Amino acid sequence: MKVLTTPRMERCIGCHSCSLACARLVHRRLSWDTAGIRIVSSGGLSTGFEARLCLACDPAPCAAACPTGAFSNRRGGGVVVKKNLCIRCGQCAAACPVDAIHLDASGEPFVCIHCGRCVSFCPHDCLELAGAAESKAGAGREGEEAVR
Amino acid sequence: MIRDHFRVLVADLDAGKGKIELVGGREEVAGGSGLAALLFNRYGAPERPWNDPPQPIVFAIGPLTGYFPLMSKTVCAFKSPYHDQYTESHAGGRSALALRFADLDALVITGRAPRPSCLSVGSRRFEVSDVEFMWGLDVHAAGKLLRRMFPGSGHRSIFRIGPAGENGAAMACVNADTYRHFGRLGGGAAMGAKNLKGVVILGDRASQLPETKDYPKLFKEVYRKVTSTDMMSKYHNLGTAANLQVLNELKSLPWRNLKETADPGIEGVSGERFAADTLLRNVACAGCPVGCIHIGFVREKFLAENRYLYRQVAYDYEPIYSTGTMLGVTDCFQVLALMDVTEKAGLDVMSAGVALAWATEALERGLVSERETMVPLRFGDPGPYQQALGFLGKGANDFYRLLARGTLRAAERYGGADFACVLGQEMAGYATGEVFFASQALGFRHSHLDTGGYSYDQQHREKDAAGAVDFLMRDEEARVFLTSMVACLFARGVYTDDLLADCLRSVGYAALGERMGEISRGVQRLRWRTRMATGFDPSAVAIPERFRKVVNWKGPIDAAYLDALRREYARRIRELAGEGPPAPAASGDLPQG
Repeated sequence: MKVLTTPRMERCIGCHSCSLACARLVHRRLSWDTAGIRIVSSGGLSTGFEARLCLACDPAPCAAACPTGAFSNRRGGGVVVKKNLCIRCGQCAAACPVDAIHLDASGEPFVCIHCGRCVSFCPHDCLELAGAAESKAGAGREGEEAVR
Repeated sequence: MIRDHFRVLVADLDAGKGKIELVGGREEVAGGSGLAALLFNRYGAPERPWNDPPQPIVFAIGPLTGYFPLMSKTVCAFKSPYHDQYTESHAGGRSALALRFADLDALVITGRAPRPSCLSVGSRRFEVSDVEFMWGLDVHAAGKLLRRMFPGSGHRSIFRIGPAGENGAAMACVNADTYRHFGRLGGGAAMGAKNLKGVVILGDRASQLPETKDYPKLFKEVYRKVTSTDMMSKYHNLGTAANLQVLNELKSLPWRNLKETADPGIEGVSGERFAADTLLRNVACAGCPVGCIHIGFVREKFLAENRYLYRQVAYDYEPIYSTGTMLGVTDCFQVLALMDVTEKAGLDVMSAGVALAWATEALERGLVSERETMVPLRFGDPGPYQQALGFLGKGANDFYRLLARGTLRAAERYGGADFACVLGQEMAGYATGEVFFASQALGFRHSHLDTGGYSYDQQHREKDAAGAVDFLMRDEEARVFLTSMVACLFARGVYTDDLLADCLRSVGYAALGERMGEISRGVQRLRWRTRMATGFDPSAVAIPERFRKVVNWKGPIDAAYLDALRREYARRIRELAGEGPPAPAASGDLPQG
């Protein structure tokens, strides 16, 4: 199973094209919030942008926290989401250690499903859909060139 | 968010309250420029002065904002402290998408806060906060505090003013998200007059997209056009700074208060030089994959023992021209340092540089002395300019306070109007010829982006005033539709009429696309009528003598042709404003829900 990674975020220009693509193509919305990948600015010592997205925990604490089976572990890391089972309790977002799950005003969760549809919309090639093993290496070396 | 009306938040700073109003007129004015004029007519008082507390500041987006790439700009409209007439200023950053995701077509700010304040709005947020402690802080310091005080990092837009705006300087800008600006014609002072130090717009709401497959397909096609073809490469590569070398070669780059139009010193301040020596990174407006914002750095040794600080400064063609070539400064790092001071003061960099160029020549000629300028301004010497920019922002003495109201104001008192480089406001960096000079002097925003006058100069040698003005009127009409969408005008080569109509149709605004010509002519007329209702007389526009002395690659300026253009353009503007049905301003209220 492939995993979405962000190996070259130092190239990010903050255009939000990835978030907008996810919202548009996966969730059928116009938004920079209701998306599996979200861009925030990082001020202070390291200037630039950070991506908030699922880092494909295996097993996933959000799946463990979900009381209704809406979130379940995905093979290779991350989660499979069944929105029709979700009761909008928000426990998934609370359990995520890296703030990867966005809850909209109604409490509906949005998390990356590692489909990779955002990748081609990044103008600077910051994103990559990688094999699970590569993804862990990539996540630990953010900013470096990933082996392609 | 696709709706046949406008959803407008009207913030009353006197009361500290807001009201959502549903306003009709979508089919007539579309949004952006059209909506801003509509709302100014609804909430403004043309005959009252710019700093009358009820006068509105309008921030408006358009029907395509956020839906397509480069639909990423916001129109800010207000009565300008520069000429006390209606105007627009445009900026990007995250402002447009933040308004879209706050579920607002426009934000209108009226009244005057009793104390220095910040307005914070979102789809579920309205707050007027006391920020008395922030008054007097520079743009960067205020920005840092505002970021800490309000939520939504990366998904919000932060506007703020510096000391120049607080002091009522007619060349004070509104800084948007650190690297972009509602720069020209004094929006910063319009905010300052309202005791408004900052505005934070939180984009915290999503909306459903049309169910059709057309929209994502068309999005992909437009995205490909703006990223995969060379249509946008100028902005992507060296950025607008690429123009420096080009215009210098054409002998059309203003140097030293437009005494010259080319100089070998270009080597130190060309786009190539900035990219090679100073460029740190690029950033983008939200919703634009081009990323035309070029950020350089200034490095400053503050202690002898190798202690340095550095700052990041966004550069573009116009700021390099105004603080570089116009002041004769030919070192890229020194130019960035001047931009940095200007930024912190909250001044419009184009106006400030051009004003100091005039002050330098006025000092050379003995019209003013160092008693006025406080420092020995001299072309090519950045140190005194760095101080002078601070004086201009602070309003350090009578001279700088007057100069900050406009170069011609200072010239009225001290003399030197003949060499003031003013075309409606301090000139943009194009000494391309008669058509550009007439177009900026009379253009609606007095901006080089009102029309393509500078490119007409480059493509035409014949001196046909009626033909040139025909072009200006048609070009303005086309651009008005784009600024009603609200597109970045850098994308004007991508968004043809057919493509715009397809985009509008794909998201549910087919009628706007079908009536494009009618709408743009209507908005063009509405803007001019609004401007004239606030006192603009196109026949009274004068073009200073300095412009008649310019020599560029075509040879000397033809003063008779310039006058013919000025008269003809003024006539056509008056004719346009006078024709057609009444403005739609008073009609179209909807039941408030």
